[in-house]
Parts: sequence; structure tokens; C-alpha cells
Amino acid sequence: MSSSLTAGDLLQTTINFLAVGGLYALIALGYTLVYGILRFINFAHSDIVAWGGWIALTVASGFGWLGAGSPAFALPVVLLMTMVICAVMGVTIERLAYRPLRKAPRLNVLITAIGVSLFLQNVGLLKKFFGNRPSTISSLMENKVLATIGGVQLRLFDMMTILLTLILVILLERFVYRTKMGRGMRAVAFDERVASLMGVNVNQVVAVTFALGSALAAAGGILFALRNDLRMTADSSWVLLGLKAFVAAVVGGIGNVRGAAAGAMLIAFVEVFVHRYVIAAFPDKPWVGQLQDIYVFGILILVLLFKPSGLLGKTTVEKV
Amino acid sequence: MNLNTWRGPIALVACAVLALGACDKGKKDNGGGGGGSGGSSGSGGAKPPEGGTIVIGHFASMTGPQATFGISTDQAIKLAIEDRNAKGGEKGKKIELVTIDDAGKQSEAVTAVTRLINDHKAVAILGEVASSLSLAGGPVAQKAKVPMISPSSTNPDVTDVGDYIFRVCFLDDFQGWVDAKFAKENLKATKAAIVYDQGQAYSSGLADNFDKAFKELGGSIVTKQAYTGGNLEITPQLQAIKSAGAEVVFLPGYYSDAGTIIRKAREAGITAPFLGGDGWDSEELPKIAGPAINGNYFSNHYLADEDREAVKNFVAKYKAKYGTTADGLAALGYDAALVLFDAMERAPSLSGKDLRDAIAATKDFPGVTGSITLDENRNAMKAAVMVEYKDGKQVMAARIEKK
Repeated sequence: MSSSLTAGDLLQTTINFLAVGGLYALIALGYTLVYGILRFINFAHSDIVAWGGWIALTVASGFGWLGAGSPAFALPVVLLMTMVICAVMGVTIERLAYRPLRKAPRLNVLITAIGVSLFLQNVGLLKKFFGNRPSTISSLMENKVLATIGGVQLRLFDMMTILLTLILVILLERFVYRTKMGRGMRAVAFDERVASLMGVNVNQVVAVTFALGSALAAAGGILFALRNDLRMTADSSWVLLGLKAFVAAVVGGIGNVRGAAAGAMLIAFVEVFVHRYVIAAFPDKPWVGQLQDIYVFGILILVLLFKPSGLLGKTTVEKV
Repeated sequence: MNLNTWRGPIALVACAVLALGACDKGKKDNGGGGGGSGGSSGSGGAKPPEGGTIVIGHFASMTGPQATFGISTDQAIKLAIEDRNAKGGEKGKKIELVTIDDAGKQSEAVTAVTRLINDHKAVAILGEVASSLSLAGGPVAQKAKVPMISPSSTNPDVTDVGDYIFRVCFLDDFQGWVDAKFAKENLKATKAAIVYDQGQAYSSGLADNFDKAFKELGGSIVTKQAYTGGNLEITPQLQAIKSAGAEVVFLPGYYSDAGTIIRKAREAGITAPFLGGDGWDSEELPKIAGPAINGNYFSNHYLADEDREAVKNFVAKYKAKYGTTADGLAALGYDAALVLFDAMERAPSLSGKDLRDAIAATKDFPGVTGSITLDENRNAMKAAVMVEYKDGKQVMAARIEKK
């Protein structure tokens, strides 16, 4: 099937891979930030992503911006509002559910996180919140064709996802390495007790971490919803999305910001790029396509076997 | 509770939570297991009900990704029961409907049927729409010897579960053939691609039937791709379909996935029309897909615009009560209830065995979706319609009779 693997197809696959990778990176950063500071996996993170998508839909329909003729500033406004709302949510969850357990064994916090996750999933199902039917937000903005190169249409959503991810990751990187609060985050990640002795306000640092992670998760949720529409908050597709981002964070070296972005790109490369060419090699064997998720989680196993600390896990001393 | 949305590496932890917390879900599952063994001893629904009403159980997806299936079916069954009770019910008693939501999940379907039989003493079960859910709930009804009529599960395996399981709709070998014939003869396509949901018995079964029938009619399948419902990051599959040069794409998935896939396919530059099965029949499909839905076709059991007396009466009655146009699943739900009432009238008693025999003897029953005769495999053979989406509305494209 070499005929199907044209240059145009390669370009299309690359765009898809970058967009999906960006999406995973936004979500993976939340896992890695929280792990870096508190050393626990926030399993409720994928639910913040789901809520992000649904809150965006609620905000957009509240303004009457769904359907034709929505203003060009609709998406940026919805995006910003949702990120702020989710940041507040993240901080609130940390304050109410995780902070009381800061000194408790890790397992307690982990189970609490699953509790929070189930809470968010099921509250989201209520009619007063988002209801129990799938929905779509794709009418918020027309997925315009920006340019056509070699028969490949460059679409607005893909380009926006790639660009937005790039901007947010660079901003986060600058925040962590160039600001006083960022230095505080790195200090707490290094040693919480010593940092607090040195005058770092640990509670404040943790709150900021959750706010940042949740805001990024909200952005990820909106971009995911624009691509793939919205399933109910309790749908397994959100958990799968969260798991893939979590795998990305682990593969990149959990606790490491650049590692999370690199891991996300690797996961997306396998899921989109490798998958595309494996499919092309076996056009009549649908079971090859069925293994899509196995490739992704196979990478996790391989990385953990040969480099247990993750791709970038050892090269950096500072963890955030 | 949605514990079963948690899979993979954290399943272990989730189990620990279950064990420690002994929460509601664990109890329900235990109840399910106990109910199964209770039913096998024959005490389940074999006895006629005590008290003033006859209970009919309905298990359905009232919530979840196939929610409109359950809601449409349930509304139609309620309509049928209301009519019947106005005429005095059955055997001098009023009929009462108990509906339990299974949220579109197999584990919940088993629990729902068990509860209907053990707790509510249902004399008969109606449901499910989705084949994999009928396959999950069927064995429970079979074991308890309570007749079950699926209104619209089309996978052939559904009635193979046992002699107490019936359906009032056609099967997927027929439906696959109808779609293949339409693609070949009406759309003049010779090259077809298939993309199906590997997690749904309905979807993969229908895909195989289309594959076989389309080849028999002289066409070729250029590529066959799979996805998992809800996981719609399927651009690699769509690219494969695009580059394979298919003239028609067969997508036998459920509406919530199909809507997203069609929209993404159009954005990916696939211009070939999509064909689907009765799993597309939902008012939500055009909402999810947007304008991309136009120019695509699906096979169905009936069309609300059909020029037949029974259809007109039913559509008018349904609209008067619920304010919406009845979809195919509503029509089949109505028919399933009517077939059951007809059998109840003929049965000497409402015990499981008598009722089963009466249902099995159903012959030339005039239903909304056509004349219903249950064959020796407890299936109903009927004609199918091909429906086209035009300006977001369903219009008749062809009517295809039995093979």
C-alpha cells in the first residue's frame, strides 16, 4: 500500500500527531506539577479536564455563542473564563480534600483523589450540571480551512491546538524558572520542610500549582471537546484521555515539566504516526487498528523496563 | 456509580476502595449474583403475580451515550400500556410498567433484569435496544424463565440465548444486506470502506454482514477499520479510508460516535457518502454532526413519514403525548408491547411457560413497523427502509423488501 503513503498523507499525519501531542501535553503537565510538589498522583485531574470541556459549553451557550454567527472573540473569552473557573475548582479541591491529608500516608491521599474523581464524575451527570447525554461544542467556532498545502487542508482547530500548547508550555516554563513563585515551587519540590524553614509559604505554592495544573487541564478539555465532542463527565473516554496523559507524564519522567511535554509527544507519535503507518501496512486487517491503545501502553512498559525514571527523569536534578 | 469507567493500572486501587468502602456498587453486584441463582431454582418470575396489577419490566439506556434509544422506547411502551389500561388491561388487571436504567452498560443491564424479575416480579421483560445489552440481560431472563422481548436488538446472537428470548425487528444479516444492496444498486458504488465499533456486538456483527453481502453483490471492500466507542481520536483510520478511495463508507456505529466521526471525516476531506444501520436513529445525530450529516443514509425499521395507516395513527398519538416525532426505536418499542399484550390475551395464564408459548405463536400481527410473525428462531422478518438526511431531516430514500 505504498501508494497511500504520499507526502500529503505524511503532512496530514504530522499535523494530527502534533495536535494530539499538544493536547496530551497540556493535561500531562497537571499530573507532573502536582506530583513534583506533593508526590502523589492526582487521579481527579482527568475530571477537571472533562469539567473544563463542559464548563466551556455552558459558558458558550450562556452567551448564546453556539451556532452560526458567533463572534471571533467567543473562543478566547470562553477559554479564559473556563481556565479561571477550573483553576478555582482545582484550588478548592486541594484546600478541602488534599490539604487535610498533607501529613497522612500517600495511599490515603491517592484514595481521596479517586473519591474526588468519582464525585466530580457523578455530580457532572446531574441535570443541574451537565446532564447525562453527550453533546457538542464544535459549533462554537467554524473549523475553517486556513490553507491548503499539497492537497492537505490546514484546519483552524489543529493549528490552534498546536499554537496554544506551545504558548502555554513556554509560559509555564518561564513561570517555573524565571519567577519568585516558580523558585518557591522548585524549592518545595526539592524539600518541603527545608523550603518552609527558608520562608517559602508552602500552602500558597501548592495552591498556585493546583491552579496552574487545572487551568491547563481546562484548556486541554476545551481543545479535546472541539476535536472529539463531549461525552458525559462519567464516560470512560475521559478516564482514558487522563490515563494517556498520565502515561505521558510517567514516560517523560514524572515531576519534570519538559519531560511531560516530551512524553506527550512520544505517546502521540505512537498513537497517531505509528498507528497510521501500521494501518497502511495491513489494509485488510482491522485488528491491527484495534491495537491502538496497546501501542500506547506498550511504550509505558518499555520505558519503565529500560529507563524506570522516565525519559528525562534523571538528567534534571530539580523537580517541579 | 461509575467505578467501571476506571480501567488499567488504577483498577487495583479501585478494587481496594470497593473492598474497604463496601460501597453501594459492590452490594448491587452481590445482589445480581444472588438473583441469578435464585432464578435458576424456578422461583423467580414463574409464578403469576400477586396483587392488583400485572408488572412488565423494561430495562433501557435512559442515560448515557445511547440515552435517546431508551427514552424513545420507554415513552412508546408507556403509550401502549395507557391505551391498554383504558381498555381494561389484561385478565381484569391493570398493567404496570417498571423501567430500570442500565446507563448503556452491560454490568448494569444484568443488575436491571435481575431486579425486575426478583424485586418487581415482572411477568415479562421488554428491552434492550443495544444488542450487547440484550446479550447481557437475556441470560438472566432465560434462567428465570421469564419471557423477554427485545424491541430492536438486531444482532443474530440475541435470540440464540434461549427459547424465552424474542425480538420484533429484523436481523443484522438482513440489515447488512439491505445496506450493501443500496450502496451497490442505488448509489452505484463498487468500492466500499467499513469503519466499525469493535466494542459493540451490534456494530462488528453488522460490519461483517455488510462485508459479506457487498462482496456477493460484486463490490469490493477497500479497507476495514475499527475504533472503540467514546475513543474518537481516529484520524489515522480516517486517513486510511480517504487514501483507499472508497466510494461509500459503511459506519454501523451508534449515533453519538457516528455524529462525531462523520463530522471529522468531512473535515479530513472524505467526500464519499456514509451509510449506517438503525443505530443512527436519534434526534441527537444531526445535532452532533451538524451540517455534515446531510447526504448520508441509514437503514431503519420504519420512517415517521411513511404512508401507512398504522404509522400515521401511531405518529399522531405519540406526537400528541410527547410533542416529538416518534423514531424507529419508539415504533419498535410500541410493537414489542403490543405483541406482548396480544400474547397475554391468548395465553391461558401469565406463568412464564404459558406466556412464552403464546408469544412464540405470534403470527401476522399488524404492528406499526409492519406485519410481525415470529419464526422458529423467535425473530421477526420485515422490510427495511433506507433513510436519507436532507437539510438535517430524515427522508425516505428506498424501501427494501425481504430477500
